[in-house]
Amino acid sequence: MNYRHSYFILTCLGLGFAFLYIPILSMVVFSFNASKLVTVWDSVNSPTLKWYYALLNNEEILDAAWISLKVALINASGSVILGTLAGFGLARFSQFRGRFTLNAMTTAPLVMPEVITGLSLLLLFVALEQSIGWPAGRGITTMTIGHMTFSMAYVTVIVQSRLATFDTALEEAAMDLGARPLKVFFVITLPIVFPAILSGWLLAFTLSWDDLVISSFTSGPGSSTLPMVVFSKVRLGVSPEINVLATITIAVVTCMIVGVSLWMARTAKLEKAGAA
Amino acid sequence: MQRCGVTGRGLVVVLPYLWLLLFFVVPFVIVLKISFSDVDLAIPPYKPLLEWVGKNSLAIKVNFNNYAFLFTDSLYINAFLNSIKVAFISTVLCLIIGYPVAYGIARAKPSTRNILLLLVVLPFWTSLLLRVYAWIGLLKANGVINNVLIWLGVIHEPLTMLYTPFAMYVGIVYSYLPFLILPLYANLEKMDWQLLEAAEDLGCRPWQAFYKITLPLSRNGILAGSMLVFIPAVGEFVIPALLGGPNALMIGRVLWDEFFSNRAWPVASAVAILLLLLLVPFMMWYQSVQARESAGAR
Repeated sequence: MNYRHSYFILTCLGLGFAFLYIPILSMVVFSFNASKLVTVWDSVNSPTLKWYYALLNNEEILDAAWISLKVALINASGSVILGTLAGFGLARFSQFRGRFTLNAMTTAPLVMPEVITGLSLLLLFVALEQSIGWPAGRGITTMTIGHMTFSMAYVTVIVQSRLATFDTALEEAAMDLGARPLKVFFVITLPIVFPAILSGWLLAFTLSWDDLVISSFTSGPGSSTLPMVVFSKVRLGVSPEINVLATITIAVVTCMIVGVSLWMARTAKLEKAGAA
Repeated sequence: MQRCGVTGRGLVVVLPYLWLLLFFVVPFVIVLKISFSDVDLAIPPYKPLLEWVGKNSLAIKVNFNNYAFLFTDSLYINAFLNSIKVAFISTVLCLIIGYPVAYGIARAKPSTRNILLLLVVLPFWTSLLLRVYAWIGLLKANGVINNVLIWLGVIHEPLTMLYTPFAMYVGIVYSYLPFLILPLYANLEKMDWQLLEAAEDLGCRPWQAFYKITLPLSRNGILAGSMLVFIPAVGEFVIPALLGGPNALMIGRVLWDEFFSNRAWPVASAVAILLLLLLVPFMMWYQSVQARESAGAR
């Protein structure tokens, strides 16, 4: 197989990646711009860190970030548990009652428009509150439940596809040697799916951290998340502090993704070496 | 795994099963119920469907007014049609931009391939809201694109791009592009490229070989990627709200406004039900494509 690319494909790759990255780079560059006009470069006073300083003193944004962090952490951990169970069930049990329904229920949230999920969750919470008194009002709990419902679908898909690439031989061997099913799960299966669980956790965290629509429907007074605050600011136009926030987000995400990819590449290499 | 008894299996899936049933399926039943009830000036702002009339007769008040309203007011029909149009055009644009990129990545050296994939995934991990926001800065009257074009002398007056349909298309294509590239790449990666070499040896022009071999073989990847763009784009709210301007009629936005601005919960529910009915066939199609794709992988 040869890896030569035609000039056409190379141009398409270049343009495609330029399209993906120019907006991101522009936010990073203009986060150092001194001018309040954001996109008009003030060459006298720039680059400056003054908007970074302003962001770190913005109580509204910091409070919202704290709420988002709490929701995202609980959501990621809860989704990983539910999603791993569902993914394991779907990948390893070829037949059980409700398999079709479970499969459909874990695929649908991936494509369901968020306005529908958000509205339906809110109406559920209102109906529950009317009939059984729980949840009393809406806030962090209801938001977390909403986030977990769609995050766990992503975790399920990741865990399921990771397990599908491993045959059951190892697990069967362990059982033949007398290991109990629970022990097989913790000693054999869990280490196999661990990379999937880790990426699932990170994905669930990010989905929750970024979510605007479902949070807006299911949050209550005093529990505005970071995206909700950003959205209300951005509706009024560009703001230098949002550029700073974007730059910090990009920096954190880049470090995280690169770190995890390197770690996974190493694990994959070890796996290959072990198999050989 | 035969030794896992029925109880063992049941225990594993029962928790996620019940969770999704309660928080994903039951809510739709409630939305359906409320879409048939009357608007009320109360908290919550709808009338109950079941009402005790007198002492021991229960009256069911079902009315189709909300649905009738949606079909008489042209706003809603236009919003539905416009959403489908915008989602469809965006999907086609994503395919035009995304296919060569996915193809290029699939045919790159394995080491370069991983880096390129990482570059596709990276924007997907950074907040959608912030990436849409970036386009406000690029497209507005004194934004980056206008400034560059004026500086180059291409134009003398800034172009109006923000708050137009153009801006909305750019935003949707930009945000959903990774969703199309990834499944398409996963499909193309499994392709047997020797088929192309064979075709060329037999005298096929590269374009012919692409049209006759690569395109048909990547059909499932194209379908899966297109669904991942089309279905959520129909109900998209954030992008039309930020980039589309006040005239951008998208059904997701209409639902949002009915709910948050007009507090018309029954009307919003009826919109949600119709939107769901419209999208369910596509979701089922997507699921069958996925099933075929994973069956083919084995």
